[in-house]
Amino acid sequence: MNELVAAVPWLGKRNPMAARWLLIILAIAAPFIAMQFGRSWVRILDFALLYMMLALGLNLVVGFAGLLDLGYIAFYAVGAYTFAFLASPHFGIHLPFWMVLPLGAAFAAVAGIMLGFPVLRLRGDYLAIVTLGFGEIIRIFMLNLNYPVNITNGPQGINMIDPIVLFGWDLSRNLQVTEEISIHSLYLYYYLFLACVIGSIIFIQRLQISRVGRAWAAMRDDELAAKAIGINTRNMKLLAFSLGATFGGVAGCLFGAFQGFVSPESFSLMESIAVLTMVVFGGMGNIAGAIVGAFVLALLPEILRDVAIPLQQTLFGKVILDPEVLRMLLLSLAMILMMLLRPAGLIPARARYAHPENLHRGGAAK
Amino acid sequence: METLIQQILNGLVIGSVYALIALGYTMVYGILGLINFAHGDVLMVGALTALQTMLFLMGFAPGMSPVVMLTIALAVAIPVCMMIGFTMERLAYRRLRNAPRLAPLITAIGMSFLLQTVAMIIWGRNYHTFPQLISTTPMQPIEGVFVTPVQLTIIGVSALIMIGLMLLVNKTRIGRAMRATAENHRVASLMGVDTNAVIAFTFVIGAALAAVAGVMFASNYGIAHYGMGFMPGLKAFTAAVLGGIGNLGGAMLGGITLGLVESLGAGYIEHLTFGFLNSSYQDIFAFIILGLVLIFKPTGLLGERVSDRA
Repeated sequence: MNELVAAVPWLGKRNPMAARWLLIILAIAAPFIAMQFGRSWVRILDFALLYMMLALGLNLVVGFAGLLDLGYIAFYAVGAYTFAFLASPHFGIHLPFWMVLPLGAAFAAVAGIMLGFPVLRLRGDYLAIVTLGFGEIIRIFMLNLNYPVNITNGPQGINMIDPIVLFGWDLSRNLQVTEEISIHSLYLYYYLFLACVIGSIIFIQRLQISRVGRAWAAMRDDELAAKAIGINTRNMKLLAFSLGATFGGVAGCLFGAFQGFVSPESFSLMESIAVLTMVVFGGMGNIAGAIVGAFVLALLPEILRDVAIPLQQTLFGKVILDPEVLRMLLLSLAMILMMLLRPAGLIPARARYAHPENLHRGGAAK
Repeated sequence: METLIQQILNGLVIGSVYALIALGYTMVYGILGLINFAHGDVLMVGALTALQTMLFLMGFAPGMSPVVMLTIALAVAIPVCMMIGFTMERLAYRRLRNAPRLAPLITAIGMSFLLQTVAMIIWGRNYHTFPQLISTTPMQPIEGVFVTPVQLTIIGVSALIMIGLMLLVNKTRIGRAMRATAENHRVASLMGVDTNAVIAFTFVIGAALAAVAGVMFASNYGIAHYGMGFMPGLKAFTAAVLGGIGNLGGAMLGGITLGLVESLGAGYIEHLTFGFLNSSYQDIFAFIILGLVLIFKPTGLLGERVSDRA
C-alpha cells in the first residue's frame, strides 16, 4: 500500500495521507466513473482486477523468487476448469462457491508443485521453456480431453457455469436496494474482486517481509549464497510455485463464475505472456508494480480499441490494425522497450533491507 | 512393418528440419548463453517472404521452372532473415549483454511476439497455401512406404547445409573466432577477435539457417501463416537441449532423435494408450522429452553441464 501511495504522481511524496485517501476513493468510485463511458467499461474494470490478481501471483514467482514462469496461465485454467466441473450442468454437479473456491485453489497449488518438482534444478532460460511447455500441455489436454470420455468438452468449452452465490445472495442478479434503485451485477462483482485483490495485497505484503519472503529474495539474488546460509531452496521454490499458483487458481475460479463460460482459448500462451508483461512493465518484485502494470496493460488495449479504430477509419477509410493486433503490438513493444530503457519497470522495487533502520517504519525506504 | 518404416522416414524428414533450426539456437546459446526465443519466428518470416516472392514470380514469369523459382525465393528469404537476425542482435540483445539474466530472455520473448504481430499485419491471420514447387507425388521404394521428392530434397539439403556449417565452424578463420568467443569473450577479444562482429555473424548465420528451414517446413506441409514458427521453434529448442545445448553435433543428433520420437509416438500413441490418447497429442512429446532430459540428463546427449548456466 505504501509503495502504491508513493507511486501516485505528485501527491504521493508530498502528502501521502491525501494520496492514500485519493486511492481509496478512486478504487471505490471506479466502476461509477467507468459507467459514464458505458457498461462495457465496468466489465473491463472487473477483468482488470482479475489481471491484478494474476499479476500479483506471478509476481510472487518471478519477482520475489526469481523463477521465470511462462506457463502461469495454466493455473488460472486449473482454477477456472475446477469451478466449471464442480458448479455447472456439465457433470450435473452444483457445489456452492465456498466449497469450490478452496478446491480450485488447492488443485492449482498441487499443479504448481507438480510443475515445481521437475524444474527444481533449472534456472533462468530452461525454467522458462519448461514452464511454457507445461502451460501448453495443460492447454492441449483441455482441447483434446473430450474423447473418448468427454471431460473438458474440447474446444467448445463448458458453459452455463453457476454464478457466485454469497450467503444466498446471487451476484449475477442486480441487487434491488429499493423499488427504483438497483445495483448492477457488474458492480457487485467489481467489489467482490476488489476485496479479493485487497486481501491478496495484504497477504503478499505480509509474506514479503516474512521469513519466507526474505528467503525468496536471498535465493533470487544469489542461490548459492542462500543455500550456504541455510535456506532450504528446494522447499522455498516449491512454496513459491504453489503459492503463486494458488493466486492463479483463485483468480481462475472467479473468472469462471464471472464469465459463466470457460474454453481453452482463454488460456493461450499469449495470456501467460500478457500477465508476465504486466509484471515486467510495472516492476518485478514489487506489489505496486504488479498492480499498476496490470491496471495499465488491461485498460490500455481497450482504450486503444475505442480510440484507434475510429481514428484509422477517418485516416485511411478502413481498419488496418484490428484490436487484437494492437494488443499484441502493445504488449510486445512494452516488453522490449521496458527491458531496454527501464529494466526495473515503471515502479522499481526497492531493496528495503539494505537499510535496516527503515525496517520498523516500513514503506518507502530509500 | 510398413508403418514403422514410414514413420521412421517421416521422422527423418521433420527431424532434419528441427536440426537446422536447432543449430541456430545452439550457436547463439553457445556464444551468448541466450535462448533466442524469436528464432522460430525468423523461420516464419523466411517462409512467408519466400511465399511472397513465389507469388510475385508466378505472376511475373509464369513459365519459370520450379527449381529456379525456389532458388530465387530462397535468395530473397535468406537475406531478409539475415537482416532481421542482425537487427535483433544490434538493437536489443547487444545492449542487454551485461543486464540481469532475465532481461535478455524477456526481450527475446517480446521480439518473438513482435515478429508475429508484424507478420500478422503484413500477411493477415489466414493460412496461406504454400506452392509446392517440388513434386509431392509419392513414390513407393518399398511396397506400402511412401516418400515424396520434397521429403528427399529436405533430407538432402539439410545434410549438405549441416556439413557446410561444420566445415565453417571447424575449418575456417571465422569459425575459429566463433569457437574462441564461445569459450571466453574477454580472452577472445584480447587475442584480437572482434567479438561483436563474431556475435553478429552468428546471429546472421542462424537466421539464414532458419530461413531455409522455414521454406522446407512450409513446403513439406504446404501451408504458411504468422504463427507457424512457434511450435517448430520450441521443438527445435528441445532438440538443442536434448543434444546438449551449445554443441553443433548435438543439435543435429537431437533434431533427428526428436523427429523420430515424435513421428513414432504419434503413430503408435493410440495403441499404447488403448485409444485414450490419439495423434492430436503429438505436440506434447517434445515437452515431455524436454522435461525428462532436463531432469535426468541436463547435459543432453553430447553436451556439457547446463543446469547451472543461465
